Amino acid sequence: MKKTLFDKVWDAHVVDSIENGPQVLYIDKHLIHEVTSPQAFKDLEERNIPIFRPDQIVATADHNTPTTNQHLPVRDALSKKQLEQLSKNCKRHRITLYELGHKYNGIVHVMAPELGITLPGMTIVCGDSHTSTHGAFGTIAFGIGTSQVAQVFASQCLLLTKPKSLRVSVNGNLKKGVLPKDVILYIISKIGTNAGTGYFCEYAGDVFENMSMEGRMTVCNMSIEMGARGGMIAPDETTFEYVKGRKFAPADNALEEKVTYWKTLSTDDGAVFDKEFHFDANDIEPMLTYGTNPGMGIKITGQIPEISDASFEKSLNYMNFKKGESLIGKPINFVFIGSCTNSRIEDFRVAADFVKGKQKAENVTAWLVPGSKQVEAQIINEGLKEIFKGAGFELRQPGCSACLAMNDDKIPQGEYCVSTSNRNFEGRQGQGSRTILASPLMAAATAIEGKIVDITKHLN
Amino acid sequence: MEKFTTLTSKAIPLDIENIDTDQIIPARFLKATDKKGFGDNIFRDWMYNKQGDINSGFILNNPKYSGNILVAGNNFGCGSSREHAAWALVGYGFKVVVSSFFADIFRGNALNNGLLPVQVSQNYLNLIMSEIKTNPETQIKIDLEQQTITITDKDISELFDIDPYKKTCLINGYDDIDYLVSKKDIIEAFEEHNRK
Repeated sequence: MKKTLFDKVWDAHVVDSIENGPQVLYIDKHLIHEVTSPQAFKDLEERNIPIFRPDQIVATADHNTPTTNQHLPVRDALSKKQLEQLSKNCKRHRITLYELGHKYNGIVHVMAPELGITLPGMTIVCGDSHTSTHGAFGTIAFGIGTSQVAQVFASQCLLLTKPKSLRVSVNGNLKKGVLPKDVILYIISKIGTNAGTGYFCEYAGDVFENMSMEGRMTVCNMSIEMGARGGMIAPDETTFEYVKGRKFAPADNALEEKVTYWKTLSTDDGAVFDKEFHFDANDIEPMLTYGTNPGMGIKITGQIPEISDASFEKSLNYMNFKKGESLIGKPINFVFIGSCTNSRIEDFRVAADFVKGKQKAENVTAWLVPGSKQVEAQIINEGLKEIFKGAGFELRQPGCSACLAMNDDKIPQGEYCVSTSNRNFEGRQGQGSRTILASPLMAAATAIEGKIVDITKHLN
Repeated sequence: MEKFTTLTSKAIPLDIENIDTDQIIPARFLKATDKKGFGDNIFRDWMYNKQGDINSGFILNNPKYSGNILVAGNNFGCGSSREHAAWALVGYGFKVVVSSFFADIFRGNALNNGLLPVQVSQNYLNLIMSEIKTNPETQIKIDLEQQTITITDKDISELFDIDPYKKTCLINGYDDIDYLVSKKDIIEAFEEHNRK
């Protein structure tokens, strides 16, 4: 039988099947963070169940950490307690933890790939819906709830029903100024926020084949925003080249052996998907969202659609936008470049390249939050920090930051923020804040101009 | 986990689509390290207005409506995987959420906390929504064994789907950990085989 990439990885991890029920799926790597793990540790302790495979768990502090003065004690008492609880739990159970200030600390979905913890063909879970990011390597990676975190702690397995298969193919050449973020925002705007629910998605076609690993991570990251538990891209030379030499990746003969296996993972010709979508790369433009879910996106040259529907109108009312209007020229006071979607070195290079020699508009507060300590070091070593500083941008320390505004990095009430993050939900970036999702290039241009511009008219 | 068999209750109609878990429980309330207290901040930014006063226009603040069943628009529970959303709904007193579509992770989280997600057709959802809005005393009956939802005074029912394994778990109050821990031997054998 012809198999998909997903089938191959899934089937290699099935431990057992319950008749007329779910399967027991083995989990290779379990990533944890401070917000969704404490109740799971407590559950197991109360039931006297030990952690089954502590050496297959890696922890980081990211959601609830400050992005300034990380060398000082955390000021917020509840955040401090949550971070201390993570440290205590990891120490007690001998789990590797990259805590605040550690040279490997960072957003879980930035840290794990850059350390070579994420490898093709694996199953990876984390109590965070953007775990889909790791699918860029051809891994089955998905977000889980805290009860499931406890299940993986107890057994290194999960009880799951195999999802249906979906393939999104994009072929052709991307236009100038169109980034991976635009590709995924375009796809979600076309198929909607629940088209992927119940499915695992594979991204195929030359657009993804020609994409860097950073770009593939951006795409897979937002799979959950169309409802899919995860998204995958077949591992290829780009993947192997990225993995090679990473801290925890196999080396030499062990790597060669692995690569031989990884090459067998791509979807067989003739394999059948439950659902397929095809798009032409030439139709994609730089994208923006105008509403309060990531499916409410338009091309930069487009207008907000005229839809008569109570939920749609509630959303536009929240954003204070009107049906039929263009977003070009809208004044913007806040710009955020960061989050597990777009906080890798490539994202900052794109932004720096545009910003170089320019000055941010006076009305704009521009926050740059690297995804990890390693990305932060790269920004400094490559001289990008000086470029950003010269342009009036503020480089902060790594963390999830204003993507979910759990820490102090909040966008004020009523303000618009052009953000490279993944969710434009009501209040996501702070109570009453209004998020416009975009690529790092669009975000950088917004910061310079102080308003939304058609980026394609600003490129050489 | 609490057992679930049948429930007859009034219901609250929350007629909004794509309700994400950030609305159910905003991120700033996720700093706790236990499962208690999330019900106090459920739908916080809809329950209260910008000044921090109670928003009387929000359905959960309307004294006409009460009950252990929440009836919500399409694609309920999308977004963040935070199980805190399920804890908030349970903490507030809900035992069932009815919608025409649930996001995957939320559905799993709900089931793992004894909160039953009942997925109905869009037509049935529209009907139930308008029945409750017209008559807030409308009683809704959920029978898990029979997998039926019924508007009792109209006797209009619909069947709903649930994974048979999860159904058994809910009826008996079991959770997945018990099952997985009992499979330790075959999990170890799988590991042994795959290390070769």
